[in-house]
Amino acid sequence: MLESKGRPNRLGLWGWLGGGRWGLERYLYTLHRLTGLGLLAYFLLHIVVTSSRAISPERWKAAMDSVTGPLFTVGEFLVFVAFAFHAANGIRLVLVELGWAVGKPIEPVYPYRTSVNFQRPLAVGAMILAVIVMMLGGLDFFVLD
Amino acid sequence: MSDTMHEVTYRIRHFDPNRDAAPHWEEYRIPYAPGMTVLDGLWKVKELHAPGLAWRSSCRMGVCGSCGMLINGKPGLACNTQISELGTSLVAVAPLPNFEIVRDLVPDLRPMIEAHRVLMPYILRDDVEERENPTGEFWQSPEELEHYLQFSYCIKCGCCMAACPTYATDPSYSGPMPLGQAHRYNSDSRDGGFAARRELLFGEKGPWRCHFAGECSRVCPKGVDPAKAIQLMKRELVLSFLRLRRAKCPSGLAKKPEGIGRREGIPEAPAPTV
Ligand code: SF4
Ligand code: SF4
Ligand code: FES
Repeated sequence: MLESKGRPNRLGLWGWLGGGRWGLERYLYTLHRLTGLGLLAYFLLHIVVTSSRAISPERWKAAMDSVTGPLFTVGEFLVFVAFAFHAANGIRLVLVELGWAVGKPIEPVYPYRTSVNFQRPLAVGAMILAVIVMMLGGLDFFVLD
Repeated sequence: MSDTMHEVTYRIRHFDPNRDAAPHWEEYRIPYAPGMTVLDGLWKVKELHAPGLAWRSSCRMGVCGSCGMLINGKPGLACNTQISELGTSLVAVAPLPNFEIVRDLVPDLRPMIEAHRVLMPYILRDDVEERENPTGEFWQSPEELEHYLQFSYCIKCGCCMAACPTYATDPSYSGPMPLGQAHRYNSDSRDGGFAARRELLFGEKGPWRCHFAGECSRVCPKGVDPAKAIQLMKRELVLSFLRLRRAKCPSGLAKKPEGIGRREGIPEAPAPTV
């Protein structure tokens, strides 16, 4: 086999952000991964904090006291925002990845209409749903109590 | 940008492994004529300024798949992209990312070709004898043809691989071209290789790393829509996992037309050469 003195040219994380062309679905892809990692970090923290209840009621109270205040409310709201996005986009991904929202194979006639165009209304719908859930959450977090 | 323009600037990413420590950009001004493609411009640059410039191209009509490169930040075919389409007089050309650079604009596509080969992109059937020494044609209806025709237009240019964010971070992912082509054969009514390919599609190599960023389909110069092929393949894999996929026997031989003779005066076909 031919050996090249190839120079690595992999885009790495830059490929999640830019790389080729900045399409809506690429942003959703990147945000889905980032919110997923954020939620995972939150869950781990959550387990650490709530596990103090298993040690003693005092430790539980101390732990709860250390995570109150406006900063933590905003932080929790951000977790909720990430959840709303991840859930709504996740529904879209389940539908798309099971081949329900990508359309049938077609004759490619220029200008091409791809599966990305086909599922776009679903992507927009999922984002509207996410924003509605975020707003309801915001009401609950900041207005209702 | 208008056809009254007389010159364009090419910014080209150079890299010679024998001389350069790292890739670097060079700029050249060349005369512009209406109808010029990015590939025509490269030839002009070579003629007027940089005789050593290397790239790959052959058919210059979007058929061979050689001239995939990063044109103003987007993967595409140089021969298939008009300079006037770019909407600017600056044409920035770099080798397709996510592949190693052999030299200048030449990417090393071998990992893609290898991933493609591994997924058995050809008709697989048990009746080896008929496959190797055919006695007729396998039957296929026009509707069955539609199931894979779109995916069969792929020219293996690698633009989709350069655009895919998953492939950008994960070299073990097979990528949109090989996976799209695996589905092209899985969905061919003459093929019986689904079970064999399924074994190769588990894990990080397979389609489950794809989360529909859709970039592959957006950049594909042939309208192949690999993202669609990959999602349709996932459905088949899930159905087969749940044992809900209808087992498909590869289609048999088409009946030979009977009672039809050759019209007079039409010569016999020459003997096959392959
Ligand atoms: S799917 Fe499209 S972009 Fe990808 S290799 Fe085939 S023709 Fe090129
Ligand atoms: S749809 Fe899948 S294969 Fe295509 S660019 Fe996105 S992640 Fe890659
Ligand atoms: S030169 Fe053949 S595809 Fe561009």
